Order: sequence, then C-alpha cells, then structure tokens
Amino acid sequence: MNNADNVSIRLERCARTFEDGTRALEATDLTIQAGETIVFLGPSGCGKTTTLRLVAGLDEPDVGGKVWFGDEDVTAIPIERRNVGMVFQSYALFPNMSVEENVAYGLRVRKVPADQRELRVQESLEMMHITDLANRRIDQLSGGQRQRVALARAIAPRPRVLLLDEPLTALDAKLRENLRVEIDRLLRSLGITTVYVTHDQGEAMALGDRIAVMDKGRIAQIGTPEEIYRAPANAFVADFIGTMNRLFGRVENNSLVFPGGRVNWSGPPPAAGLMFRPEDLQLAAPGSGNFTAQVVSAFFLGDHVRLVLDAGAPDFFIARVFERRTFAKGETLEFTLNPHTLVSLEK
Amino acid sequence: MQASIKKPRRSPLFWAQLAFTLTVCAFLIVPVFMSMTAGVTLNYMTGVSGGLTTQWVEKVLTDYRGPIVLSLELAIACLLCTLLLGIPAAYVLAKRQNAFTRAIEELLVMPVAVPGIATALALIVTYGGLGGFRTSWLFILVGHVLFTLPFMVRSVLAVMSSIDLKTLEEGARSLGANFTQRFFGIILPNCRSGIIAGSLMVVTLSLGEFNMTLLLHTPLTQTLPVGLADTYASLRLEVGSAYTLVFFVIIVPLLIAMQWASNAVSQRKRI
Amino acid sequence: MRERIQLAALMAPGAILFAAFFLLPLAQLVVIGGSGKLGWSAYWAVFTEIRYLKSFGATIALSIAVTLFTLGVSGIAGVFLERNRFRGRALLTAMLTLPLAFPGVVIGFMVIMLAGRQGLVPDITDLLFGERLVFAYSMAGLFMGYVYFSIPRTILTVMAAAEKIDPRLEEAARSLGAGSFMVARDVILPALKPAFLAAGAICFATSMGAFGTAFTLATRINVVPMVIYTEFTLQANVAMAAALSFVLGGITWAALAFARSLSGSSVAASG
Repeated sequence: MNNADNVSIRLERCARTFEDGTRALEATDLTIQAGETIVFLGPSGCGKTTTLRLVAGLDEPDVGGKVWFGDEDVTAIPIERRNVGMVFQSYALFPNMSVEENVAYGLRVRKVPADQRELRVQESLEMMHITDLANRRIDQLSGGQRQRVALARAIAPRPRVLLLDEPLTALDAKLRENLRVEIDRLLRSLGITTVYVTHDQGEAMALGDRIAVMDKGRIAQIGTPEEIYRAPANAFVADFIGTMNRLFGRVENNSLVFPGGRVNWSGPPPAAGLMFRPEDLQLAAPGSGNFTAQVVSAFFLGDHVRLVLDAGAPDFFIARVFERRTFAKGETLEFTLNPHTLVSLEK
Repeated sequence: MQASIKKPRRSPLFWAQLAFTLTVCAFLIVPVFMSMTAGVTLNYMTGVSGGLTTQWVEKVLTDYRGPIVLSLELAIACLLCTLLLGIPAAYVLAKRQNAFTRAIEELLVMPVAVPGIATALALIVTYGGLGGFRTSWLFILVGHVLFTLPFMVRSVLAVMSSIDLKTLEEGARSLGANFTQRFFGIILPNCRSGIIAGSLMVVTLSLGEFNMTLLLHTPLTQTLPVGLADTYASLRLEVGSAYTLVFFVIIVPLLIAMQWASNAVSQRKRI
Repeated sequence: MRERIQLAALMAPGAILFAAFFLLPLAQLVVIGGSGKLGWSAYWAVFTEIRYLKSFGATIALSIAVTLFTLGVSGIAGVFLERNRFRGRALLTAMLTLPLAFPGVVIGFMVIMLAGRQGLVPDITDLLFGERLVFAYSMAGLFMGYVYFSIPRTILTVMAAAEKIDPRLEEAARSLGAGSFMVARDVILPALKPAFLAAGAICFATSMGAFGTAFTLATRINVVPMVIYTEFTLQANVAMAAALSFVLGGITWAALAFARSLSGSSVAASG
C-alpha cells in the first residue's frame, strides 16, 4: 500500500486562542516534508494537541494563520474534506458497528464501490494483524485491539496525511512497547506524512524522523532525535529529554573550573551553565581522571548502574556506569569528563 | 456500590420490614386487581362467584370506541412530535453547556411543573378563539407534546451525555462524514436505549393524560381517560371497571416495557 | 461559526413551538388574570378572600400530610428493598413502581374500589363493627389517593439514594458500638436527607397540582385545582381561574425548582 499522493504540510503564522482568552499556541511556522514522520513532544498544556487539531482541520487558526497541504491552501477546509486519517487517544470507535464496519466507514462515506471497498478493508485488517477480529463488536475488544482497529480504520481510505493523538497513552507499558514497534513498521511501510503527538520521549525518539519539542505554546526546538538529545537548544529541552546534569563553572587559564574538577576549555565563559548526559562521565582509574565525586546512592538497573554523586555542587550529578562491581555509599570515585560533550544552554 | 449484604440469618427486624413492605405492596396492587376483576363479573355485588361475563367489556368497546382510538392516535402523534423536536434539542443540549442551554433546560421542564389545568387554561385563553383549531384533536395534541417533551429530551440527553459524543463525531468527521451522515449513522444508533425509554414514557404519559385534556377536549374529541371519568361518575361500577380493565390492558405492558428499558439504560452506563 | 448556526437550527422548531404554545399563553394568562371584574386585584383576592384562602390552606395541609406520610412509608420500604437481597425482591420492586404512570382518574377509581359505598374497607368494617365506613368522597379518600400515586415516585428516589450510601460508614459506626437503631438514626437518615428533601418537594408539588383524583371523587372537595375548574366551567369566571392557576403554578414550580437544585435531574415526575 504505497502512498502516491503524499503531501508536505506547512503551517504559516498559525496561532490559536481559545474562547476564554487562553493562548494555546503562539504564532508558529513549520514545514513538514512529504513522507516524513514528525513528533510533537512536550508536557500537557504545551500546545502539541492544539497544533495537531489545526493540521487536522478540527480547529481553525487565529486570523492570519494558514495551513498548506502541498500547494493547496486548506485553512478554510474542515476536516471532513481534508482527506486525513486520524487516530484518537480514546480510539473513537463506533460502538454500534462491528470492527469490519468501522474500518469500512471512511470508504463507505466516500462512496467507494463495494468490491474495492472490501479489498481495502481486508488490506487494512491484514496490515494491523486483526483479520480474525473482523466480526467482533467493539465492546468485546481489549485496549490494544481497539487501537489496532483505530489505526486500520484511519489508513483504509488512503489518506494523504496521518495524524495520531497520543494513541498509546491509554495502554499499559508492555502493550505500549509492542504497539510502538508495530506503528513504526506501519509508518515505514506506508511512507505517509505523519504527525504524532505524545508526551513520552521514548516513543518520540523511536518513531520520529524529526521531533518538535514544545513548551507553553511554542516550539522550543526541532530536530532529529540525535540532535535533540546531544545538542539541546535550551534548558527546557535538555531537561525534558533524558537526564541532564547541569554544571556551572568559571574559566581560569584555559580551564573550566567547577565543583568536582576541571577540564580544558578554550571557548568563552558559559553564560547559562553547561549540561552533559550521565553516560558522558566515564569511570577512570585513580589519578587519571579530571572529576571527583562521592557516591550518594547506587541503583542497580540490570544492564547498568545509576549513580547519584555528590561533587560539592548544589545539585547532585547522575552517572551511568556499566562496570560489573558494587558501589558503596560514601565511596569516592574518579571520572573522566570529555569537554567536547559539554553543551551550552541558553537561558 | 453494593449495599451491605445481610447474612441469611434473618433478624426479626428483617421480617417486620418485609411484612411492612408487603402490606404497602398489597395496598398498591389489590385495588388494581379488584378493578380489573369487577369488569368481568356479572354483578359486582355477587363478585366472581356470581359468574363471569364479557358483556361489560363489550359495551365499553362499542360505546367508547371513539375515545379509545383517539387516545391511541394521540399517543402515536405525540410520540412522533417529541421524537422530531426532542432528539435534536437533546443533541444541542449535549453539545453545549452554557448559561443559555441551562435556561432552555429549565424552561423545558416548566409544562411539567405547572399544573395541567393551568397550561390548558392558558392555551384556551390564547387560542380558544380559533374555532377550527379549538375543536380539533390538534389542540389536545399540543398540550400532550408540551407535557411529554421534557421526558423525551431528558431520556435521550442522559444517554448522549454518557457516550463521548465529541470524540465519536470527530472520529466520523475525520473519515469524511458530513453532519447528516454522522447524525443518522453514528449518533442516533448509539442513543437507541434513550430513545426507546423516552418513547415508552411519552406514549404512557399521553395515554393517561387527564388534567389538561379535560379542559382541552370537546364532546367530539373525547379521550380514554376523559371517558373513564365519565363512566366513574355516571355509570355502573361494572362498566367503569371494564373500561379500567381495557385501559390497564393497554398500559400495563407499556409500563413493564418501560421498567425493562430503564434497566437496559442503567446497565449501559456501567460499561 | 457554522456549527453555531447548525445547532440553532436544530433547536429552533422546538423553541418556536414552545414559545408559541406555552410562553405566550402563560403570558396571556397573567394578563387575563388581571382583566376580570376585580382587575389586577384579582391576584390580591387570591390571598384575601376567605374561600380561596381556605382552599389553599386545605390543599397545602393535605399536600404536607401526604408528603410526610409518604416519605415515612417509602423511607422504610425503600431502604429495606435496597439493602436486602432475597428471592422475589425484583418482583416486589416492580410491583411497587408499576403505578407510576397511572392517571389520577384511575387512582380515584381505586379509592372508590377500596373505600366507596361498595368498597373493600366498608365490607371489612361491616364485618368487624357492623358499620360501613365509607370515606372515599372526602378528604380522607383524597389523602389515600394521593398517597397511592406518591409512593412509587418517592420509593424510586429513596432507593437510588440508598444505593449510594457508603457501607464503610455503617461499618465504622458499628465498630464503635452503635446498634441498628443508632446506625439508622446517625448514618442512614442523614445520608438520605437530600433525597428525602428532593422527593418530598416533588411529592408536595404533585399533590398541590393533582386534579384527576379529586375530580373523580366528587366536586365537593375544596382543593385549589377543583376550585379553578369550577370557577372556569361553572362560573365562567376566567379571570379568577387564571389568577388562581398562576399562583398555584408559582407554588408548584418553586417546589420543583427547590427539588432540582438538590438532586439534579434524577427525579420522576408526572401529572
């Protein structure tokens, strides 16, 4: 099922203010490439669902905003005629219809002839591995099954854009993992332009070609998962994705001095502090490291050990260590911190 | 939430309460049976032992055929009107909750709150001059619709509020459905239990409506309950009983269906 | 927005019907009430003329008596049914709520069956005391009739409220040493108070506005709905009838508004 009519999506100065005056989205410009999967990631209230609904056509942007699908200005076109596929957090499956009838609904509404309709329905059911559920009623299905039906229903009419609003949030952890893999496979094979909204960074990193991290109605940073992780643009993004160690220091003779140690430093003094990730602290043999700290607590997490360290700074540091040894509380450890892994943060 | 289940070791208090409840039940049910059986006895004084007959029932069905048929027609017309007016109104009230819709809900209940004779009086002083309208059965229909509409709206609204109307509609819209397709294909089928419960309520209330109808009717537009009052006042007890029996035969199945339907609605909410 | 227009269009037919056939006539009624011989002081006459005062007094006293008695009966039976499980419980509940939609006239007939000249109670008292106690055609008969249609309604409300009582409150009371009586007084009754108030207000309002039962049991009974009827049909005093209707309607509406404010829309009401 290849999508020939993939489109790019462009938001031009789109803002959204609710009736009671709250500004859910500040004026935003965004271009999504045809066939790309972009993830809107952020805490609740950040504007990610609002943006999705603008793309969908469920809500209209404030005056002056425009939404483009390819070369077509769709701002004034409501969702019924935008030809998008949408998957909701609560599935929105029709209780009065069977699974098959649900999946066929979009095709029936578009008056697709019966034989073609049946073919597409079967295709969609197979893609989501739910062919044997075709005649079941919705209330007989589990959460995971319902989500598959919702996906099958959204893709059956071959939409030009696929929109997913926190589809896995209502499921338990194990199910989420399994479905995440399936969704990834589905998106790869369909190659359809996809907008995916979630607050789970694991999902975002796994599924997104690009991630747009949002905060208080603005896009804080947009980039590939690796860019977001390794080079966060500001403290919010750095903190939201993964664990962040924050470091404040002063520059002295080509060195950056901070509580716990010093590293070589040739750049200007950092204004808002620096950050590094827990795995950037490498355990060093005594005497060969540039960073010293004491163990506050150690958590054995199976494939690694998570150390909470006190280096004399106001906040503790977190380190990720892969050595097979036990760590004692109060033990003094030496680490090597590579200055190239330090990322400067804007305020 | 489960009420605390008493262990089968029944206390004296239990038996006392049971006896009390049974007495209340008897108070309610015994007259029903009495009035029904009286209608098939030859003579009320001699009771069942004096012999059974269908002559009274036959008399009622002949003499009062007109009112009985009119009541049935009114009930069906009333049902149609409340369906056409009430379901869209319930939809609007389910989709928007603001001061305006709350006011509408309050207004809607008023014909139930105001005594029937007051409503009838109001209709007469306003439209009584329109001769043709005044003497037709439509005049009575108006009163019935005013009185039964809130019950239909409330019943359908209760079901609409319990399903996630917004998300279902957005789901249908995302698949391309316009308003008509959504309304008839998705919304109505999922409100079925509320519509059925409301319909039964409307029909039952219309069949039994008396307070308004007494003032609104004319000798040519007499309904079943008005006829009942007539026989109670002027005719033999047996005829009144037979007429009551006919009424019960019509209405008790409806009442039973109503209880069954309201159980279905409350079970649906638990899903 | 397009949606707003759509919703307004859906609401419009019902709203127009309502305005034309209810709001407008009610407004007319107010005007008519002030256009008779007495002019606007007709409304004042409602509160000052002895016979109207007496009938309001009698109606209010009757309604209060019915309400208190019914709440007592329904309270005991309703709580009992909700909190105990035994064979036949569903049947008992169904039988107790069946008369919910019986029209007033039919209930009047039942009263006649029980306490009229050929009724069950006179037969019993004749056997026991040699005297036939006929009370159908008096306030006592009316009282019995009103209780008859009030019990099904109040029982449903009581049972719904009893279902929601947290059993853990009772268990806490019992763990502190409270016996059945104290548990009933200190835990159950306070928890049911809102339901009692709501059901009581509805019972009061319905009794105030009830007409069919009084009509069947003869025109000698001096309750307000009957006075309105006689003023209109026998005296052709439309203005007075209108003024009385309006005041009565105001009282019943206020009582029902009070009930709704307590319990939302979980109330069963009909004429």
